[in-house]
Amino acid sequence: MSSILPVAFDGIAYASWLFLISAGLTLIYGVMRILNVAHGSLYALGAYAACSLAGVWLGGGLPAAGSFAMLLLAAILVGCLVGPLIERGLLQWMYGKDEVVLVLITYAVFLIMEDVIKLVWGVDSLLLPEPYALPGYFLLGGLPYPVYNVLLIAMALATGLALAWALYRTRKGKLLLAVIHDREMSMAMGINVSRVYLATFAVGATLAALGGAFTAPTIAVTPGIGVEVIVLAFAVVVIGGLGSLGGAALGALLVGLVRAATVRYWPEAELFSIYAVMAMVLIARPKGLFAAQEARKI
Amino acid sequence: MKAAAVAIASLVALTALALLSPQWLVFMAMLMLAKGVVVLGLLVLMRTGLVSFGQGLYFGIGAYAAALLSHGLHVADAAVMLLAGAAAAALIAALLGLLLAGYRDIFFAMLSLAFSMILYGLLVKSAALGSTDGFNLHARTFFGVALAPGVERRVFLIAGAVFAVVVALLVHRLFRGHWGRLATGVRDNELRVSYLGASPYRAVYVNYLIAGAMAGLGGALAALAVGHVDPETTYWTTSGEFVFIAILGGTQSILAPFVAATIFEALRTVASQYAPNLWQMSLGLAMLAIIMFLPAGLWTLAERRRRSA
Amino acid sequence: MRPSSLRAVLAAFGLLLAMPASLAQQPIKVGIVTFLSGPAAGPFGIPARNAAELTAELLNAGTVPAPYTQKGFGGTPIELVIFDEAGGPQTQVAEYRNLVPRVDIVIGYISSGDCLAIAPVAEEQNKLTILFDCGTPRIFEDASYKYVFRTGPTGTMDNVSVALYLVKRTPNVKSIAGINQNYAWGQDSWADFENAMQTLKPGIEVKTSQMPKLFAGQFSAEITTLLGSGAEVIHSSMWGGDLEGLVVQGAPRGLFEKHKVVLSAGEPAINRLGTRIPDGTILGARGPFGPFAPDTDLARWLKTAYQGRYHIPPNYASFKMTQAILGVKAAYEKAKSSGNEAPDQDKIIAALENLTFEGPGGPVKMALGKGHQATMDAAVGTTKVENGQLKIVDIERYSADKVNPPDGVKSEAWIKSGLKK
Repeated sequence: MSSILPVAFDGIAYASWLFLISAGLTLIYGVMRILNVAHGSLYALGAYAACSLAGVWLGGGLPAAGSFAMLLLAAILVGCLVGPLIERGLLQWMYGKDEVVLVLITYAVFLIMEDVIKLVWGVDSLLLPEPYALPGYFLLGGLPYPVYNVLLIAMALATGLALAWALYRTRKGKLLLAVIHDREMSMAMGINVSRVYLATFAVGATLAALGGAFTAPTIAVTPGIGVEVIVLAFAVVVIGGLGSLGGAALGALLVGLVRAATVRYWPEAELFSIYAVMAMVLIARPKGLFAAQEARKI
Repeated sequence: MKAAAVAIASLVALTALALLSPQWLVFMAMLMLAKGVVVLGLLVLMRTGLVSFGQGLYFGIGAYAAALLSHGLHVADAAVMLLAGAAAAALIAALLGLLLAGYRDIFFAMLSLAFSMILYGLLVKSAALGSTDGFNLHARTFFGVALAPGVERRVFLIAGAVFAVVVALLVHRLFRGHWGRLATGVRDNELRVSYLGASPYRAVYVNYLIAGAMAGLGGALAALAVGHVDPETTYWTTSGEFVFIAILGGTQSILAPFVAATIFEALRTVASQYAPNLWQMSLGLAMLAIIMFLPAGLWTLAERRRRSA
Repeated sequence: MRPSSLRAVLAAFGLLLAMPASLAQQPIKVGIVTFLSGPAAGPFGIPARNAAELTAELLNAGTVPAPYTQKGFGGTPIELVIFDEAGGPQTQVAEYRNLVPRVDIVIGYISSGDCLAIAPVAEEQNKLTILFDCGTPRIFEDASYKYVFRTGPTGTMDNVSVALYLVKRTPNVKSIAGINQNYAWGQDSWADFENAMQTLKPGIEVKTSQMPKLFAGQFSAEITTLLGSGAEVIHSSMWGGDLEGLVVQGAPRGLFEKHKVVLSAGEPAINRLGTRIPDGTILGARGPFGPFAPDTDLARWLKTAYQGRYHIPPNYASFKMTQAILGVKAAYEKAKSSGNEAPDQDKIIAALENLTFEGPGGPVKMALGKGHQATMDAAVGTTKVENGQLKIVDIERYSADKVNPPDGVKSEAWIKSGLKK
C-alpha cells in the first residue's frame, strides 16, 4: 500500500506535463483541423528560449525567483512571435487541403525548425537546473519529492481551467465554439474566421512553448527533444478524442498513471506502455474517449 | 501493352546495372527498389484515401523474417528469404487488417503507428535478437544455386528487379481493374460505395493486405542489401520516410515511387557530407515546395513535358 | 525543376562520387564517420570530429610528440573526408559503400549497431576500416574479420572495472539497482555490471533495474522507485542529455547522497555538468581517457592543443579518435619501414595485427579478436569538488588483462565464470 501514494503522485505529475504539451495540440486540431506536428518544435523552441532568457537573468546576478518569470516570458514570446509567423506565413494558404496533407505540411515545418534550432543554439545540451532545485523538496511516504513538480501540477490545473473558462464562459470562446461547429455558417454570420484561426494558433503555440519552458529546468535541453514530445502528445490527444480538451486531460491522466505504475512494477514494459494504452483505447473506442459526433456525408 | 514495354525496359536496364555498375551503385539500386516497393504499396493504400504512418511495421517484419531464416534456421537462400518476408508481413497484415480496416483518416494513421511502435518496443527488449544493435544475416544461395562472394548482390539485384517489376505490373492491373476503381470510390465517398452494394471494409482490407505484403517484400530486399537488421526499420521515422517518398513522387504513376526513392537517397548522401545540419531543413523545404507547387508530386513534371511534346 | 535539369543534378551527383577516386594519389585519404547531428553529436560526435581535424592538421605539420614526429603517415600528408553517422545502420551501410571508393582508410562509428552492420561490408569491400568508439564485444566475438579493427577497448571492461572498484571501496555492499537506457548499450552494460557483481559478491541482491526509453529525458518516476528501493549502489551507463537529466533531477532529491551512484560512462558529462555532479560519484571514462589519462607527453599534447583550439578539455570520444588515427599511423610506418614504397593495404593490416602502440591514453594492445581488437588498462575514480572545480580523486587503475577476457573467450561467459585470467 505504501507504494500507491508515490506512484499516484508521479503519475499525476507526469500527466500534468502531458496535459501541458497536448492541450495546445488538441485546441488547434479542434478549431483548425490541423494535427500540428510543428507542436514538437514549438515545445523545443520554448525550452531553448527559456534556457537563454533565464540564463541571461541568472547570469546577471538577479534574484533566482525571477527566473520563473523568464520561463513564462520565453513561452509567451515564442507563442506570440513564432506561432503567428507560421500561421500567417504558411498555414493560411493551406486551409481546405486534406487532413493528411496538413499533417505533412506541419511535419515539414517541424523539420525546418529542428535545423533552425541547431543552427541557433548548436548541438550541445543546455542546462537550467536552478528553478528546479530552488523551491526545495517535501517528503511523501518517506521519499523526497521536488516542490517544482507540485508547481507543474498547479500550472496544468490552472491552464486547463483557464482554457475551459475562456471557451465556455466568454464571448470570444463561444465564437470559437461556433467556428468549431460549423466554419462556413460562422463566416456567414459574420465571424472573422481568419482572425479566430490566428488567435487559436498563437494560443496553441504558446501552450506548446509553455510546456517546453517549464520542462527545461528538469532536463538537459538537447536537439531532438521535440521529436519525443510529438508522438507522446499525439497519443494523448488521440486517446482522449481529437479536439476535446477534457479528453486530453483524461488521456494525460490515464497515460501518466499507467506509466508510473509500469515504472514501479514492470519496468521492462515502460517502452511501449503508452502505445499499448493507445491501441487498447482505440480498439474499444475507435475515435478516442471523447469523440465529437460527425454528420454523415452522402 | 505500353505497361509491358516499360516493364521489360526497366528489367533490362536494371539487369545491365546489376552486371556492369560498381558495387555501391548496385547497393543503392537495391535499396531504391526496396523502398520503391514499400512506397508503391503505400500508394495502393492511398487509393482508398488512407495513409499509414506505420508501414515500418511490415518493412521490419519482412526484414526480420528474412534475417531470422538465415540466423535461426540457417536457411541462406535469397529467394526463400524474399518470399518469407512478404508472407510473414501478409500474415500479420491479414490479422491486423481485420481491425484496422474499420478505421479512417487520422485514426487509421495513428493506430497503425501504435502497432509499429509496439513491435519496435518488443524488438528493443529482445536481447536474443541483439536489441537495438540488431544482427547480421547472410544469403549465400539463390534458388539453391550457390553464389560467389561479390557476385551475390548483383544476383539479388536482378532477383529484386524481377520481383519489383512483377509486383508493379500487378499493381498496375489492379489500379486499372475493378478493385482499383472501387478503392477510389471508397476514398471519394464511402457511403455511396456501400449503397451500391460493395463493401468498403473489404476494399480497405484487401488493399491493406497488399500494402503490408509489399512492405514485407521491400523489407526483406533491404535486409538482403544491407546484410543487417535492426529495430530502426520499425520506428515511426522510417514509416514517415515512406510517406515522404510517396508524396515526393506523387500517386499518378507506378514508376513514381522508384524515381522518388532514388532522388531521396541521392539527396541524403550529398547532405550527410556537406550539410548534416541542413538535411532536415532541405527535406522540409522540398516537401513544402512540392505540396505547394506540384500537389500531385514530382511525377507531374514528366506528365507536363509529355503533354507539351 | 524541369526533368532535364533534374537529370543534370543526378549526373553531377554521380560525377561527384566518381571523381575523387580518379584524382591523383597524393595525400592519404581518410574517411571519418561520426555523429554530426542528432543527440550523440554533442557528447561524442563533435568532440571526436574536432579531435580528428586537430590530429590530422598537427600530424601534417609534424608537431605531434614522439613517437609520432614524422609528418602525416610516413611523410605523406593525410586528408580527411568527414561524414555524418546519423540515420541508423541501413543508411550508414549505404553511406559507407559510397565512401569506400573515395578514401584509402575509413575510421569511424560510435553506435554499436552501425559497427555490427559495417564490419561485414568492410570485409566484402576489402577496405581497411577502423572502428574507434563503439562498445559491443560482439563484433569480434561473433565473427572474425581481416579488414576490420577496433582501436578502442570494448564495453566489457567499463563495467567490470567499476564493479572491481566498488567491491574494493565498499566491501560490504549487499544490494544494487540500475537505471539504464532501454537499448542495446544500456541493456548490455547493466547485464555486464550485474553479472560482474554476482561473480565478485555472490548472492548480492538486485533491487530494481529501471530501463527508461532512450532520450526520455524525464526520470521522476524512476528516481522515486530507486529512492524507495533501498539499494546501496545505483549503476547507470547513461550518456548525453539523459545522463545530464538524471543528475539534474536526482541530485536535489538526494539520489546521490542516499546511494553510491556509479556512472560507468559518465566522463563526457564533466564538461557539461561540472560541479553539479555530486561528490562521491564513481565515474568511468570507457578507458584511461580524459582526466584518467596517464601523465605522458602524448596526453599533455592532446589536452593542451585541444583546449587551446576548442576551449574545452577533450573527452573520451576525442581521445579515442586521436588514438585510432595514431594507431593507423603506427601501423603504416611500421609497414613502410621495410621499404621506401608506400605500403599497400595488406601490409598495413599485417602491421596493425597484434600491434602495441602508444595512444594518448597510454599503451594500446591489439590483443583480442585475433589481433584486431584493442585492450587497454581501465581507470575508475570518484568525483570531488575542490576550490569550485570538479576533480577526480581515488583513481584506481586496472591492467588490461584483469578487466578483459582472454582471446577467444566471450565476455559474457568470462564474467559469469569468475573473471579468470
